[in-house]
Amino acid sequence: MQRRSEILIEALTWVASFIPAILAGAMISFLLFNGASAVSWKFITGFPEKGGLEGGILPAIIGSIYISALCMLMAAPIGIGAGTYLAEYAPENLFTKVVRFFVELLAGIPSIVIGLFGYVFLVHGLGLGFSILSGAIALAFMILPWTVRVSEEAIRAVPRDYRYASLALGASKWKTIRTVVYVAARPAIITGLMLGLGKAIGETAVVMMTAGMGITGYIPVSPLDSARTLPVHLYLIAGEIANTSESLKMAYGTALVLLALFLMVSIPSLMLRNYFTRRLYGDAG
Amino acid sequence: MKTEGLIKTLTFLCAGSSILIVFLIFGYTLLEGLPVLIKYGPSVLTGLYWKPYADPPQFGLLPTIIGTLSVSGLAISMATPIGIFAAIYLAEYSGGGFLKSFIESAAQLLVSIPSVVLGFIGLVFLVPTLAKFFGGWGFSILAGGIVLAIMTLPHIICISSDAIKAVPRDYRYASLALGASKWQTIRKVVLPAAKSGILASIILGLGNAIGETMAVLMVIGNPEVPYIPTSILDRVRVLTSTIVIEFNYAVWGSDQMRALFAIGVILFIITAVVNLLAFHILRGRIHAKKI
Repeated sequence: MQRRSEILIEALTWVASFIPAILAGAMISFLLFNGASAVSWKFITGFPEKGGLEGGILPAIIGSIYISALCMLMAAPIGIGAGTYLAEYAPENLFTKVVRFFVELLAGIPSIVIGLFGYVFLVHGLGLGFSILSGAIALAFMILPWTVRVSEEAIRAVPRDYRYASLALGASKWKTIRTVVYVAARPAIITGLMLGLGKAIGETAVVMMTAGMGITGYIPVSPLDSARTLPVHLYLIAGEIANTSESLKMAYGTALVLLALFLMVSIPSLMLRNYFTRRLYGDAG
Repeated sequence: MKTEGLIKTLTFLCAGSSILIVFLIFGYTLLEGLPVLIKYGPSVLTGLYWKPYADPPQFGLLPTIIGTLSVSGLAISMATPIGIFAAIYLAEYSGGGFLKSFIESAAQLLVSIPSVVLGFIGLVFLVPTLAKFFGGWGFSILAGGIVLAIMTLPHIICISSDAIKAVPRDYRYASLALGASKWQTIRKVVLPAAKSGILASIILGLGNAIGETMAVLMVIGNPEVPYIPTSILDRVRVLTSTIVIEFNYAVWGSDQMRALFAIGVILFIITAVVNLLAFHILRGRIHAKKI
């Protein structure tokens, strides 16, 4: 009897631990099943017609890539710098503790609040207007804690011996970091940043309040152009479902393209991340 | 030598930038929200009516706050048991290796799936399904709770499993040596020792749930005039959804727009409190571990 309940409990925890995988799998299959027929070459490379109810979504795809790339261009260097400080230089003092707390706090601020802030500070205060630049800066504020965290973890995971060997050869601290630590931590930093890029691609509220919502019939070029990204497009089209039947098909198609873009960035990084983590710890052991 | 100092200063500034950004965010949101908070006073929190277009306008958030708490509370009460069980499997039974990294990757993937995609699936699948089973709209606290539970689950799994893993091995050995079974050991020794970390994961999950926007917004119905819900099948508004919905209509500089910033201030304060609590609890655990 005792034995049986032990096995039952283990089975129960086993089932629970697979729920995230089952949910993710079910949602991806659901969209593939329902959305595949809506996606065509014309849909991906075409321009929106009738306010986005017909035609393609090319400007939204470009807008999404543009904003998230620009966001990472800002968040990545600062994040790596902060991660380097926390892992290599930071003494265990009050300032370090405060920094850590604020990184966690920033990570916890609801994205909608960052959107509000972007609207008053970037769009109005700095006069950047509803633009790709405003969107990218606000998004960078949102992603920054993630880039700090993955950089610090990656740098900390580099075995101490590597540093000692380099220092013993007479290299300075910065030279050691640059030529030894960064090289060893690079795979983990890059895959971590890619996961951050995935989050940036999917963010809606921040971008909607800073980059604008207007449907554009042109490809955004200047960072001061306004742009509607894929998530914003999906949200606005989904709001029309009750009114028109075309919009449901468009929404399925947009959701599938957005999910595909997100998965193309996330799945390889997750797989590589596991591979590199195991290899790094294998080396250390 | 000069570069060494320069690099140290540069990385120091990068690290400090988070502090500046948090103050900027809070400062600007507060500056915009304060006039409404002062003008309408505590009635913002306790008022029953949200009528931005009435004359004079009313900005009572009580139904919205109750909506937020009921959706997030429902989500947490669904996600917590599953999350803790999954965390126990990860920390105690999985034994590392491929299975463990697969489960962790799936949780990581689930937590970063664009929330608008989750909301869309909720809108086209969950809402009609609920309407079929329970009647009514389908848009409800229940729908929001289910969607939010999915988004909160990975947080609870990850933080709880870390807390369970941090329990010293000796505790387990001592219990097993006394003849306790594995589950008895987990239930009577490991879980009590990891209690504070698990509590922190629930608090952080709750904070995340309160701040989540798009996915919830698309399935809770957002009635024109928010009312205090009496059943989990009622439509509600939450704090975050109110901002998104009215942002399009509010005029820059109007009291309505300022009221939205006041909601932002409330959300910010909730997040800060949640994080302070979790920070405090987790630090307590680290101290306990040292002893």
